[in-house]
Amino acid sequence: MELTRENIIKVAHLARLEVPDERLEPLRQSLSQILDWIEMLNEVNVDGVEPMFSVNQEQMRRREDVVTDGGYAKDIVANAPGGAQYDMFSVPKVVE
Amino acid sequence: MNELIKLNLSQARDKLLKKDFSSVELTSAFIKQMEETRGLNAFITETPELALEQAKASDKRIAAGSAGIMEGIPIGMKDLFCSKGTLTTAASKILSNFIPPYESTVSQNLKDAGAVSLGKTNLDEFAMGSANITSAYGPVENPWKKQGDNAKLVPGGSSGGSAAAVAARSCMAATATDTGGSIRQPAAFCGLVGLKPTYGRCSRWGVVAFASSLDQAGPMTHTIRDAAIMLEAMSGYDPKDATSIDISVPNYESLLTGNVKGLRVGIPKEYQVDGMRSEIMDVWHKGVEWLKQAGAEILDISLPHTKYALPTYYIIAPAEASSNLARYDGIRYGARIEGEDLTDLYEKTRGQGFGNEVQRRIMIGTYVLSAGYYDAYFIKAQRVRRLITKDFTDAFQKVDCILTPTTPTAAFSLDNPPTDPVEMYMNDVLAVPANLAGLPALSLPGGLTSDGLPLGLQLVGKSFDEVTLLNAAQVIETAANFQGQVTQMRKAS
Amino acid sequence: MTTYIEGATGPWEVVIGLEVHAQVSSNSKLFSGASTEFGADPNSQVSFVDAGFPGMLPVINDFCVRQAIKTGLGLHAQINELSVFDRKNYFYPDLPSGYQISQFKHPIVGEGHLNIDLPDGETKAVRIERIHLEQDAGKSIHDQHPSKTFIDLNRSGVALMEIVTMPDISSREEAMAFVKNLRSLLRYLGTCDGNMEQGSMRADVNVSLRRPGAELGTRAEVKNVNSIRFMGQAIDFEVQRQMEILEEGGTIVQETRLFDPVRGETRSMRSKEEAHDYRYFPDPDLPPLRLKPELIEEIRKTLPELPEAKKTRFVEKLGLSPYDAAVLVSDAEFADYYESAIAAIKQQDDKAPKLLANWITSELFGAMNRDNLTISESKVRPEGIAELVDLITAGTISGRIAKDVFLQMWESGESAAQIVKEKGLEQVSDDSAIRVCIEQIMAANAGMVDEYRSGKDKLFGFFVGQVMKAMQGKANPKLLNDVLKEMLDGK
Repeated sequence: MELTRENIIKVAHLARLEVPDERLEPLRQSLSQILDWIEMLNEVNVDGVEPMFSVNQEQMRRREDVVTDGGYAKDIVANAPGGAQYDMFSVPKVVE
Repeated sequence: MNELIKLNLSQARDKLLKKDFSSVELTSAFIKQMEETRGLNAFITETPELALEQAKASDKRIAAGSAGIMEGIPIGMKDLFCSKGTLTTAASKILSNFIPPYESTVSQNLKDAGAVSLGKTNLDEFAMGSANITSAYGPVENPWKKQGDNAKLVPGGSSGGSAAAVAARSCMAATATDTGGSIRQPAAFCGLVGLKPTYGRCSRWGVVAFASSLDQAGPMTHTIRDAAIMLEAMSGYDPKDATSIDISVPNYESLLTGNVKGLRVGIPKEYQVDGMRSEIMDVWHKGVEWLKQAGAEILDISLPHTKYALPTYYIIAPAEASSNLARYDGIRYGARIEGEDLTDLYEKTRGQGFGNEVQRRIMIGTYVLSAGYYDAYFIKAQRVRRLITKDFTDAFQKVDCILTPTTPTAAFSLDNPPTDPVEMYMNDVLAVPANLAGLPALSLPGGLTSDGLPLGLQLVGKSFDEVTLLNAAQVIETAANFQGQVTQMRKAS
Repeated sequence: MTTYIEGATGPWEVVIGLEVHAQVSSNSKLFSGASTEFGADPNSQVSFVDAGFPGMLPVINDFCVRQAIKTGLGLHAQINELSVFDRKNYFYPDLPSGYQISQFKHPIVGEGHLNIDLPDGETKAVRIERIHLEQDAGKSIHDQHPSKTFIDLNRSGVALMEIVTMPDISSREEAMAFVKNLRSLLRYLGTCDGNMEQGSMRADVNVSLRRPGAELGTRAEVKNVNSIRFMGQAIDFEVQRQMEILEEGGTIVQETRLFDPVRGETRSMRSKEEAHDYRYFPDPDLPPLRLKPELIEEIRKTLPELPEAKKTRFVEKLGLSPYDAAVLVSDAEFADYYESAIAAIKQQDDKAPKLLANWITSELFGAMNRDNLTISESKVRPEGIAELVDLITAGTISGRIAKDVFLQMWESGESAAQIVKEKGLEQVSDDSAIRVCIEQIMAANAGMVDEYRSGKDKLFGFFVGQVMKAMQGKANPKLLNDVLKEMLDGK
């Protein structure tokens, strides 16, 4: 599958990755190559085969509704880049 | 070289309990070796002070008669396990300043068993790689060299730091993780035992996630007995991981019988992949012979979808990774590159914080999940995954475990690694089927190439039947006498 | 019943579908053990799971699952024995993991319905398409810094039920009635407190127009409407806006819009609209949710009597008017109050339930409105109002006196019997005392007595009033009537 430059730009934006112009073409080529190789799966007949999303499909255990966690705001924000204010994270102002 | 560091884990454990030496002495010897082998770049963070503190505490417990099963044993911790209060990077620039306020379940289990952590070992960035050349902290060098050739070799990946450190005896054993061969391939490249347990055996809580449905932690050691001891220490049901399985953990070491009489071992014809070197085929044949001589029954089997496992893996793993790595956005922890606005901040932080291979996989993953491609790629891969799993289920009707080579080649040059991503991915072609099916798989050294590099044999078993793998492996370990082969070759040259 | 609105070019039919996000009442979050309590200090109710830290994993809260099942059963809906949690991927600062855990293809609850009352007295079933469980996001705070937005993750990970209707709603009134009934139902079930001010319930409103009987038109989605009144305004605005566009031959853009309560308008959120591609896929950290039929049956047995059944019972068994019954069942607290009061009634009297309903809906609700108090804050408890009604039906006090007694109960919280006793308000049913008083009044108004006797019957009321006034309202009205008539008539 041959990807276009536009494909790469779109996917990079979806993934929030800044790709410098000079990286676009190499990335386009390697991703196209990988997708070409993946096309091998088209040989496989999967009619009637259910997708298998994970190994453990049996039962999901559930926890009791008890408060057992939280109460450590300082730890939550301790690693915040640029520091925290009022125990909150900060980002450039988002305008809605 | 201090004699203490030449011991394997089970020997050291016995001698510690007999008080032949203390954990502080043992740990100090390893700290020295860790410093002396720094050129391998096997550790990202060394924590000698913490290690000595832990060793002192271990000595007290040994004296008090309350030793755990790994009491006083110095190990390396792959820098993918979050360790409370110690830098944890996943070998990525984006986590270059992250100090976790919590300890992963597996590393806590090891602590509780008395293990002493010497530091955090290097790896491919976010465990994505097969040569440990994608780390933001630089590549790791394999302590092995070709005979008469001083060229640097890769240790394999992603657990390359753990493998190099154990092989260089700068720690006695190490933790590793395996999403698509990341324990077994470096173990094979470095002449070690590497065990990927059944999916759900070891908790994933506190381990930086790569691909959640495939990731599994396991031990990397010198011997099968060591692997049995360390697996027991790492394993166990964890209510904090919904995919962890509530099955009791056996005392693996006590179940080591070295008996394979009547064991049915399958040899899958599809594992003879193109371009596999004859030396690898030879070791495989030897493995078959060793097991046969010990009384096992050898059966030819077919795993027809084997060749589709790798492309299947390269859809599923990147898809899950693209989502798992979305949290690294420069807002709550890790590195941030400021931008003009929020989107710019995100794109700069992630564009500059992740390395090329990680970005490539995020891109593939994002693409195969995106509107219009989801069914053609992601769902298709999940259907093929079921067929691959069914191959194993069918095979295990007839056999108890499966013997294959671990990798199609031995360790390759660090200075000229494959530049073609698909060629690089081929390293794991024999390893990924077990990940997709969630089965336990183990690699152990079986022999050497003509130029003296280790070659690994892989055993794949039924779910939660690690015991059978360990017993079959121990038979091979004894018969192969890998250390003997190494000594012989070195004498000959 | 479909109503049309008349445009310049002909009639239009309004088509509305709702997606109501209701916060599940629970102690801890959907996938972590952090508290859900409202109004805590920033990031104090956040676990490392809720903040999306490396290696953190979700584990589902069993109670939230049960709450969703209960809600589904209350909406007469299909409960799916197998459901799956998916990741909805997008970047936003208040979404710490870069994805929201939700249910996309396989929700926990399937199709059901909720009835609403129409103005003509008919009921209409609004079909429910599905209910799924999902995590709430954190909160962005834009007004504390000139150039920064702050992020508080206390809400991050709180369990929400998204209740999605079919496009069965055809007016603002119906939409408002639906949300009122749904809120009442959720409160009955105890699965959501319905507190819209605190964000426990909010709705996305999908509005489109079509010519009668035509195919569905293109819809606009008004996001995050957080009051029933605002929802009415948003629908009015959207209907007008879309009609103007369509009547001028334009087309509606399928988009997300935001309601501005200050201006009463909706406006396009095109900035957030850019290329949404959520890349849903099953969350590999969470195996599928499998429910045993026995669990569903066990929960079904715990369902309380629901508003509709309760209303029918109030009308048929207790003789209330449909209106009073509707008012009393509209809120689980009202209904509980009423039923506690009924249980506290001691005086055997068939009129008591109806009388009690009147006292609650008129006097009590009147006082609550006046003083802006909720029923749980009222000092008059169900036992108290029951005692008051008992005093009336027993003939101890008159209805008029009872109103004064009630006011004092409302202010002081004293019991009715105590007030009546202290103030000597017992009704006088002693015929001789009434006679003495009537004699005095007749003597003082001899002229009026003559007029009455000469045929001016209307003056009877005057005498009743005078006697009552003289006796401070305490005369037994029936006895007073009888004796007065006898004495005026001169028998």
